[in-house]
Amino acid sequence: MRIGVPRENEEGEKRVALTPDVAVKMQKLGFDISMESGAGADASYADEEYEKAGVEIIKDPKELWGNSDIILKVRPPKAHPELGFNGVELMKKDQTIISFLYPAMNPEMLQEMADHGINALAMDSVPRISRAQKMDALSSMANIAGYRAVVEAAQHFGRFFTGQITAAGRINPAKVLVIGAGVAGLAAIGAAKGMGAIVRAFDTRPEVKEQVESMDAEFLMLDFEDDEDGSGSGGYAKTMSPEFIKAEMDLFAAQAAEVDIIITTALIPGKEAPELITERMVANMKPGSVIVDLAAEAGGNCKLTVANEVVKKHDVTIIGYTNLPSRLAAQSSQLYATNMLNLLTELCPEKNGEIDINMEDEVIRGATVVKEGSITWPPPAPRISLAPKEDVGLKAKQALEPVVEKPPHPLAFLIPLLIVGGALFGLGSVAPPEFIGHLTVFVLSCFIGYMVIWGVSHSLHTPLMSVTNAISSIIVIGALIQISSDNPVVMALSGLAVFITSINIVGGFAVTQRMLRMFRK
Amino acid sequence: MTSGIITASYIAASALFIMALGGLAHQESARRGNFYGMLGMAIAVGVTIVGLVSNNYGLLVGGIVVGGIIGYILAQRVEMTSMPELVAILHSLVGLAAVFVGWANALEHAPLTGVAQSIHAVETYLGILIGAMTFSGSVMAYLKLSGKIGGRPLQLPGRHLFNIALGVIAIYFMIQYMDTAATGGVFELTVMTIIALIFGVHMVAAIGGADMPVVVSMLNSYSGWAAAAMGFMLGNDLLIVVGALVGSSGAILSYIMCKAMNRKFLNVIFGGIGQKASSGGPAGPAGNAEDIRSVESDEAADMLLNAKEVMILPGYGMAVAQAQHTVFEITKKLRDKGINVRFGIHPVAGRMPGHMNVLLAEAKVPYDIVYEMEEINEDFPNVDVSIVIGANDIVNPAAQEVPDSPIAGMPVLEPWNGKQTIVMKRSMGTGYAGVDNPLFYKENTRMLFGDAKERLDQILKAIS
Repeated sequence: MRIGVPRENEEGEKRVALTPDVAVKMQKLGFDISMESGAGADASYADEEYEKAGVEIIKDPKELWGNSDIILKVRPPKAHPELGFNGVELMKKDQTIISFLYPAMNPEMLQEMADHGINALAMDSVPRISRAQKMDALSSMANIAGYRAVVEAAQHFGRFFTGQITAAGRINPAKVLVIGAGVAGLAAIGAAKGMGAIVRAFDTRPEVKEQVESMDAEFLMLDFEDDEDGSGSGGYAKTMSPEFIKAEMDLFAAQAAEVDIIITTALIPGKEAPELITERMVANMKPGSVIVDLAAEAGGNCKLTVANEVVKKHDVTIIGYTNLPSRLAAQSSQLYATNMLNLLTELCPEKNGEIDINMEDEVIRGATVVKEGSITWPPPAPRISLAPKEDVGLKAKQALEPVVEKPPHPLAFLIPLLIVGGALFGLGSVAPPEFIGHLTVFVLSCFIGYMVIWGVSHSLHTPLMSVTNAISSIIVIGALIQISSDNPVVMALSGLAVFITSINIVGGFAVTQRMLRMFRK
Repeated sequence: MTSGIITASYIAASALFIMALGGLAHQESARRGNFYGMLGMAIAVGVTIVGLVSNNYGLLVGGIVVGGIIGYILAQRVEMTSMPELVAILHSLVGLAAVFVGWANALEHAPLTGVAQSIHAVETYLGILIGAMTFSGSVMAYLKLSGKIGGRPLQLPGRHLFNIALGVIAIYFMIQYMDTAATGGVFELTVMTIIALIFGVHMVAAIGGADMPVVVSMLNSYSGWAAAAMGFMLGNDLLIVVGALVGSSGAILSYIMCKAMNRKFLNVIFGGIGQKASSGGPAGPAGNAEDIRSVESDEAADMLLNAKEVMILPGYGMAVAQAQHTVFEITKKLRDKGINVRFGIHPVAGRMPGHMNVLLAEAKVPYDIVYEMEEINEDFPNVDVSIVIGANDIVNPAAQEVPDSPIAGMPVLEPWNGKQTIVMKRSMGTGYAGVDNPLFYKENTRMLFGDAKERLDQILKAIS
């Protein structure tokens, strides 16, 4: 099948759905690839690089849309500024488009796709289960957005991030508050921490506390009696109760007066972003502070955010860029293209260049929003992978219940001693003195062996075996004692024994020596 | 030469042997220890020849010279990867020698009476019994280790009854022999020798490939007990001392190996892990096939180059692929780039105790970057990349997480506590214990399939 990658036509979009590296790997799955000329230019990938990777470059976008079996895009299709078509109208039955589609916000577009009888897979609808992580473009983009948010904040923040004591005085470190510790929030925490700031984070989901603390940031706890848990399905947060929100807002108000930079990443899927930073809080911030609102596209977490713009209100810079990943276009294109590649690998298990939209597969089912002309969005609710909580509690309880073990009788250790002592007594009363003498030597030697062998280094166990093997050939003494016999059978047996033990003695010592010579510092 | 001088020499030899084993406590003193061992052996043999041999010098010298040359050639030619086989075959020789010496003594010894006679008969009988068992068991172990016969445990129906029957017959004939020994007793000895040979073969045949470290150390121990029994029979303290040293050494090694696998010694010898697994039902796969993330060699090389702390965990697969030299080349390259590379060795990695250490030493890996499991396990959280080379059961989290797993409770290396793990493996097959490995499905695990040597060569090329 032929894959087509058109140039993104949204204003300010610099990403591209395919990079030369990934193109090579995609061809290994059996696909042919063509691209619109200049598609990668904004992400610093020239047409020549793609050609070198075996991609056909096509000038006319109409030809590309019409003749490709699979269209890979970043942004949802949108009318071309000059040519006036959005691409979908050029598509025919059995063609497939894979892109960010935001089906909840674009019902007309879904209908248009359904009318054309095509298949559509939305990268933003890939279910957030562990198996699908390698295809989760939302996460890979959020990671970049979080990083970039800190860089943007640094750009507009007139001070150091890190604290220093210099000859010219003391520089206090910047204090950064990250609201929402999802992928973007954690990336922002990491970046800010890396620049030396003091980082605090807040999230309604208590289970992320550990993740935040693992990044060496402080997790802000709410002073709130009810143990409300903000975890929704699929790793997102849900809307909280009014009492909870009140406590939350108090916390933000207190923090706003104290911190220098606020990065908000709070999004609830399918809903307008919650308003967390009010105008009064902004006014209370120190002059020169910065707010980066990663939820700007969904209305913003800050009351004063203007989407796609940087505004200055109450001496606070509020950054409302909606497409931060596009500002790191080369990197984000590479990650996005790899997410695409992983999805195509799932779609094409035979590696024969044919895709199979298998609706039995949880991941593919989740991503598919239009299949053969009918809208299949929204998908059934994702299966929850965690066991019910009660169960876990019960198990833990069982594990905690002490196993009652009868303590051994305090004199139990005497039993083996008595048995051994009795046996020795019995033996001593009948055995000849020479035997007892030999037994003494034997028992003491066993103890010496026991003491000495425990001291042997584990790494020398193989040489230990070969050297004990060599010295156990001391049995040769037995053969030597008897070899002078006149009995030809005894003589022959002894001779043979001398022969084979000699192999053993020389072989054992020599191979031990060889091994030991190899051990070196 | 007086008997006093002979005895004094034997005392010196015994002390030298003890010092030989003591020397193995550290790599620095190990070679000197081996020298003590050789010196002790030379003194013991030399004094015995001068003091006690009076005839048949031709046979004696011929045996020593020819045998010595064969032994030397064997020792120089053997591949380090085949050490377990060599050790097994050398054990068999000790067993066989014990049988010969025992028989020779049974056919001709100083006349004895009463209790002394009975005790001597038992000593002879047991000496030959242990010797024959060691011989046939070691031959069997050699055949298994060298792949001449399959590694699968032979599980005869009613094998426990069979073993018990052999034991009962052996005891019966021992009682008989205590009476007939004075007049020869060749029949009883012959029957017993045959039974012991059968028992040795059957015992080792019933043990699976993964339990070979235990078998090899157990046979090591038996060869010692055989020597000790010969010492009692001949009334020779030197043999008793050495036999007891070797016997306890092998016994301790067996114990260490069993502990490393969380198995009971008797369970290894008479049980076989297959039996236990079958009672618990066949183990299902530990995860979804889709969760497996495989990588290519160049990606693995990138992961290594981007790491600061690398841990290499070799298993039997490294020995099979003869990959230890490439592993060291990679280690050198990475260390030159300032990456801290260390090795973690599980006690039962390989087919005999310390097998991996010898292979790494052969490849010139300095021993101070090779660590034991207990030393290294708590360091994993700081490790950026662990590479598992051809190992399975020894890195299986099921041992800790799945209470009814056949390997539950076995101490294992814990690479999953590190940031990333690369597992090099031929395929998704299970290890010797037949247990699937949840490690392969973990989120931070990457599988690198293929022949370990080839893959490592590619990685080496990619990082240099």
